[in-house]
Amino acid sequence: MTTPFEPQPFTWAGRRAWLLSEEPSSRRQARLGSFYRGWLALRENPLAMVGLAVVVGLALVAILADVIAPGNPRMGGDLRTERLLPPSAAHWMGTDDQARDIFTRVIHGARLTLQVVALVVATATPIGLLVGTTAGYFGGWVDAVLMRITDIFLAFPRLILALAFVAALGPGIENAVIAIALTSWPQYARLARAETMTIRHSDFISAARLQGASSARILWGHVAPLCLPSVVIRVTLDMAGIILTAAGLGFLGLGAQPPEPEWGAMVATGRRFIVDQWWVAAMPGLAIFVVSLGFNLLGDGLRDALDPKAAR
Amino acid sequence: MQARQEAPAPPQAPERPELEAESAQARALRFVWGAGKLAFSLALTLLGLLVVTFFIGRVVPVDPVLSIIGDRAPASTYDRVYRELGLDRPLVEQFWIYLKKILTGDFGESFLTKRPILDDLRRVFPATFELATLGLILGVAFGAPMGVAAAAYKGSWIDQTIRVLCLVGYSAPIFWLGLMGLLIFYANLGWVSGPGRIGIAYEFSFQPRTGILLLDSALQGRWDVFRNVFSHIILPACILGYFSMAYICRMTRSFMLHELSQEYVTAARVKGVSEARIIWRHALRNAAVPLITVIGLSYINLLEGSVLTETIFAWPGLGQYLTNSLQNADMNAVLGATFVIGIAFVLINLISDLLYRLLDPRVRRRS
Repeated sequence: MTTPFEPQPFTWAGRRAWLLSEEPSSRRQARLGSFYRGWLALRENPLAMVGLAVVVGLALVAILADVIAPGNPRMGGDLRTERLLPPSAAHWMGTDDQARDIFTRVIHGARLTLQVVALVVATATPIGLLVGTTAGYFGGWVDAVLMRITDIFLAFPRLILALAFVAALGPGIENAVIAIALTSWPQYARLARAETMTIRHSDFISAARLQGASSARILWGHVAPLCLPSVVIRVTLDMAGIILTAAGLGFLGLGAQPPEPEWGAMVATGRRFIVDQWWVAAMPGLAIFVVSLGFNLLGDGLRDALDPKAAR
Repeated sequence: MQARQEAPAPPQAPERPELEAESAQARALRFVWGAGKLAFSLALTLLGLLVVTFFIGRVVPVDPVLSIIGDRAPASTYDRVYRELGLDRPLVEQFWIYLKKILTGDFGESFLTKRPILDDLRRVFPATFELATLGLILGVAFGAPMGVAAAAYKGSWIDQTIRVLCLVGYSAPIFWLGLMGLLIFYANLGWVSGPGRIGIAYEFSFQPRTGILLLDSALQGRWDVFRNVFSHIILPACILGYFSMAYICRMTRSFMLHELSQEYVTAARVKGVSEARIIWRHALRNAAVPLITVIGLSYINLLEGSVLTETIFAWPGLGQYLTNSLQNADMNAVLGATFVIGIAFVLINLISDLLYRLLDPRVRRRS
């Protein structure tokens, strides 16, 4: 058995065998091995790879926005001559009513979109995990109370609740993130609770408890990691929804404020020119569509690859 | 029942009525218990809805007193209104007052229209109802058969095409699709009428009764109005229908695949039942039961989708009312509309749950 401690001459075949080993000799090997198996399963699915490409592309565009589109996304050109120009070699997606290049704005908008998604996921996932595992692990009245609260949040359609929150907190991208996160966690909590209930009577949990591990330690050290894969799949599937909700808020003027290049707000600007200058609304909308399609494809693929139960 | 009474008494006749009476009693008890539990959880959810809307209303940075008296009123007026609104009392008491008001249907007055919120909501609701219902009908009419077809021809080009269609449906931003629809079908092709519910020419000559214009015009025999209304509603309804179609189709496909992999399907195949009969009579009947929940859910999603769609199509419904109030910081109206949508959400869930019990004998027996 090869272990990290006996360095072997590096070969791809050797690395592969190490990863696919049926008897991993360290935690790291087991973990990396299971990642590798998931990756192999994912690679089989061409649609999922398209989705992955879109998501990686979005990240790259967000990082390299200044390189790809060096112009200023907030400042326009000459209002007399460069306003509302159709797509051309100079302006790939045309210009808007402020004579700004739409391509530059769409590229820089990728940053905002990625930022919103990342922040929402980073807030909603831990909350959902915490509430769900706590409810599932303790059961009884803790479960009843927590799940009732969860149900109440689920009793509002997502966009409506986010709208009401943003209305209360005031428009802006931070508040949009908070509102979307507040509407996202209940689904993760539900899922984490269901997962926790299936494992809370397992022997290894009892063993940990007998060793004197505290409830908090059992929850975060033993239960939550086991819930994580299905929650991650759910979150990935949900990212498209997050993007659409954020864009919807932006469209209604409640997300990022002008002159920020937020895609939903850009579509809203284009509304006024839809008949004669269709590109102003069409291009940013297309960007939203492509990115959300990418996340949907990736999420579907991840679910098929990692969670065969739920796939069919 | 009648047939049994008329038939000659079977040997165990004396035992029978007793047994039946007992089970009927037990059933009645179980029904009351179930209904009580349901009512309790419903009441709790509604209370939660109220708590959420109440606290949203409290954290608004808009000063409710200033929005009534304006910023030029003297301090004494401010104090008086402050007390009249009950803002000086403890939060729990304020919530209690709020609760009592809502229960009597008093959502307060709209800052924009200067009318009670409930009247406003009653006025705008039919428009949304009509649009969402037509969208749902379209979504079910196309989504369910397409899902069945995709499952029946799993893996073939039919399945692939339907999958892509559905993917587009739940990836595209609805407001963008609406705009593109207006651009293509209204501005370029001229197949449909533009924004709004009804042509200006008819707006004053036609008196709606229920507020559901398609129904009203048909009942009054005004087919010219009907045609005009139809040409207005068809594009937004198709856009909403496309979204629910994507969802319904995807779920139908997965339910059908589940049913088709069951043993009773294999048994039917072995018996020599035709494939069409297996799909439409055996599998779809079983898949239809969970599908009801899905249809209920997609109706709710349509209410949500209508917020964005109505903005684009200038549709004078609940969604437009909500966004208009939002943009003008009319918090009473926002919370009222949010609460009504929340109630609709809970009720639709309840109805689909009850239908589910009614249609699936397995669930009925277990509960």
